Amino acid sequence: MLSAIFFLIVLFLSLPVFFIPGSLKYYYTLALLVCGVTLTSVWSVQLLTGSEQLLEIPLFVPAAGSVVILVLDRLSAFFVIVINVTVLIGLLYARGYLAPYYQSKKSLRFSIHYFSYLWLWLSMLMVVMIRDGLSFLIVWEIMALSSFFLVIFDAEERTILKTGISYLIQMHVGMFFILVAFLIVEKATGSMSFDAVGEYFSNHRNLPLFLLFFTGFAIKAGFIPLHTWLPEAHPAAPSHVSGVMSGVMIKMGIYGILRVLVAMQSDLLLTGIVILIISMISGVMGVMMAIMQNDLKRLLAYSTIENVGIIGAGIGLGVIGQALNNPALALLGFAGGLLHLLNHSLFKSLLFFNSGSVYQAAHTRNIEQMGGLMKRMPRTAILFLIGSLAICGLPPFNGFVSEYLIYMGMFNSLSGATLYHSILILGSIVGLSLIGGLAIFCFTRAFGIAFLGEPRSEKAIHAREVTRGMIIPQYVTVAFIMIIGLASPLVVKPVFDIVVQTFGIHNPVMMSGAFVSNLAQISIMGGVFVVTLVTLLVYRRYHLSKRMVESGPTWGCGYTAGTARQQYTATSFAYNFNHLAKPVLQTSKVMDEIREDEIFPRKRTFVSHSDDIFKKMLIDKPLDWFSGLLKRIAVMQTGQIQHYILYAFVFMLLVLLLAILNII
Amino acid sequence: MAGFVLIVIAAFFFPGIILRTKSIASGRKGPGLFQPVKDIIVLLKKGSVFSTTTGLIFQIAPAVTLASVICAMLLLPFAEQKALFSFEGDFVLFAYMLALGKFFTVIAALDTGSSFEGMGASREALFSLLVEPAFFILLATFAMFTGYTSFSVIFNHFFITGNDYVMIYSIIGIYLFIQIAMVENSRVPVDDPKTHLELTMIHEVMILDYSGFDKALIHIGTYLKFALYGSLIYNLIVPAGWNIFLQAGLFLAVQAFFAIVIGLTESFRARNKMNKNPKFILTLSAIAWIAFTVILILTYKLV
Repeated sequence: MLSAIFFLIVLFLSLPVFFIPGSLKYYYTLALLVCGVTLTSVWSVQLLTGSEQLLEIPLFVPAAGSVVILVLDRLSAFFVIVINVTVLIGLLYARGYLAPYYQSKKSLRFSIHYFSYLWLWLSMLMVVMIRDGLSFLIVWEIMALSSFFLVIFDAEERTILKTGISYLIQMHVGMFFILVAFLIVEKATGSMSFDAVGEYFSNHRNLPLFLLFFTGFAIKAGFIPLHTWLPEAHPAAPSHVSGVMSGVMIKMGIYGILRVLVAMQSDLLLTGIVILIISMISGVMGVMMAIMQNDLKRLLAYSTIENVGIIGAGIGLGVIGQALNNPALALLGFAGGLLHLLNHSLFKSLLFFNSGSVYQAAHTRNIEQMGGLMKRMPRTAILFLIGSLAICGLPPFNGFVSEYLIYMGMFNSLSGATLYHSILILGSIVGLSLIGGLAIFCFTRAFGIAFLGEPRSEKAIHAREVTRGMIIPQYVTVAFIMIIGLASPLVVKPVFDIVVQTFGIHNPVMMSGAFVSNLAQISIMGGVFVVTLVTLLVYRRYHLSKRMVESGPTWGCGYTAGTARQQYTATSFAYNFNHLAKPVLQTSKVMDEIREDEIFPRKRTFVSHSDDIFKKMLIDKPLDWFSGLLKRIAVMQTGQIQHYILYAFVFMLLVLLLAILNII
Repeated sequence: MAGFVLIVIAAFFFPGIILRTKSIASGRKGPGLFQPVKDIIVLLKKGSVFSTTTGLIFQIAPAVTLASVICAMLLLPFAEQKALFSFEGDFVLFAYMLALGKFFTVIAALDTGSSFEGMGASREALFSLLVEPAFFILLATFAMFTGYTSFSVIFNHFFITGNDYVMIYSIIGIYLFIQIAMVENSRVPVDDPKTHLELTMIHEVMILDYSGFDKALIHIGTYLKFALYGSLIYNLIVPAGWNIFLQAGLFLAVQAFFAIVIGLTESFRARNKMNKNPKFILTLSAIAWIAFTVILILTYKLV
């Protein structure tokens, strides 16, 4: 097969990145990526539009010693397209973003960066195409390693290196769970592929193995409480990498979960409920913690957790639908989840690219030091606004379409459900509507404080719009967002088909037709909204042109000589929310109160910050305990050779004793 | 279409009725019924002053808000007529359309760089996020009870399900919609539009910097939003099958009644303390849960 050979060539051509002179490296990487993206996208589109179920691409991997077949089914094809779009746009954006680093960093650093970028892309593609367990684990590992190298691009800063290593460790904890799960399957069935997982499921209890897989994949996907790597690694990575990681790499976790779900045979109801509850907690907690962040990229990282929660809620509902034999719920749940996954990969990568532009222009990620950026970088601001509107799920943008599908799944299943299911579903409706409101709170704050008002620092005053090369790729993302928002039937129909094919939903034609016509109405409504808005704005322009328009200072209650520091800050915007959410978020502040006898208060500082309680409880505390334990054991480390010889002697004695007693 | 026109007509009288009620209740002569409409005409004649801090967002926000309210109006049915846009789950779009308007009001307030408006923005964002669950629980209750998920069909089937207890959730529904309307429109007891101090305002402080045309748009949007919620309440009171001309009269009567209720509330009740507001709004969700439980009992799921 010519195509597979071509794919192999692309694979091995990534090596010469190291030998190509400086400025050409980027173009070489881009050319390779474009070739590979075109090829794999063509495969996927062929599969999605054609009638065939599977596309098998043989490929030799000498290291594994056996033939590994890349298998592309509709689910994989969907993921391939999601990966390709964001990775390509990310690389286009990277040119402008990396430009300031060309002087300060060695050429080797760039080689490693581009090489890792290519391999992250390749490994993600192979993750969704490979069915064999061992090969899957290998590419899963490559994915973790290459993303690790991408995260530590700025490794001159020690904190970034530290974050990177912590990321690598947590990824391997996740991998450990997946490995164990595969080994259990191997022990029971003698083979180690996803097909074998299905075989295992058919004659064993399903839930325990699923939970093992789920834990492993959920660490990648960032479900609470396994999300702790996410808010650290995303801010540390360069922005195009954060965009790709948050946009598509964490979705590999979702892919894994879906792949296991497809194979599952029983325990579906319980599984669905577990996924739904964990997702709802992730969604609500994620966005609540996002509201407390002042670091723009950290905020976006927490918002990623929120969106993974929404995706998970859709999938959980889908599983519940399958378990209850409710095809409408299954279809809407899975389709909503998958579409939200696609949507999130678009708007979240857009927002990360934007935050990168802001970082490059203002040299800070702290929104308290920004302000007034809309006047200085108008295009970036508009792009950020579109991303924010889309991520809040507001019409007529794409986020609304997927959230609508999930809502519909919930509402439709209410009338037939039993007592417990009704309560569960109503709880999820409350959760989802809360997430919507909280997201609006979060992103009005992020956009309003960062881009509007007066500049809050010198850095913000001197910010300038970034180069056109960084902005144009983002327009492409916006185009996708608008297409899904305003012409949703075009995209939703294929997603319905994927779900129907993958999960085997009965009687799909009639249902999907009805929902698509609902979506058509929403699209028309979006059009009506745009037309109304434009009419109003055009008339407003005409109206104002006939009347006197003046400008003056903002109303300051009679006191207009204020400085920019008197504006409402991000912390004060979140103050009332913080007050309300204190029991959950555990924010702390450090300040010394003014004493009564202090007639002339001296200068004082106020610091407030919110801890991630999950990180504190799950990682920091056990680690502290463990290192405390190790310190106590370190008493044995005396540095005297006699002692060490004694230890060896005791050890050998022990072994001898145990051998004599027939214990070992 | 009839529903759309009726909402517009109701919006004409709505603020005037509130004003008249308040002045009669407080023993003043007070302005006439059409004073709010006259105010809008005056605003439309005036020029505008824009703060030098503000930019594009501030300029487009009132138009976005008004457009979102108009689109939300298109989703509401009247009598047996379907709404112009009626499909499964249209109330999700309804809620999110209004949220879109709110998003822009909030960021427009932040665009002025004033700490007063920032304060208002933060409060408004918080309160409207807290009220969202109440609306969705209520609609979920209706959806579960009627088995449909579109405004038009839900209201058509609301009174003909042969259920004797229809009054219970009709009353709970009316009460909740009135309260949600109060929160969404920033009226007493959550917010007092006539308060004299910027520090105690929520919605009014966010639009301090608007003048002329834009301010007129904001007022029109507010009045329409009142009539919008009035229309929701109407649909819970009058069965959809009645004669349409009778219904048109009843519609306006219900709207007037709603306006009088608001006027009386504002005359005899003080605004909540600001930090009591979240509790007040969350109570609405709790009441909605009660409505949901009632439906569970009525549908024999919970015995």
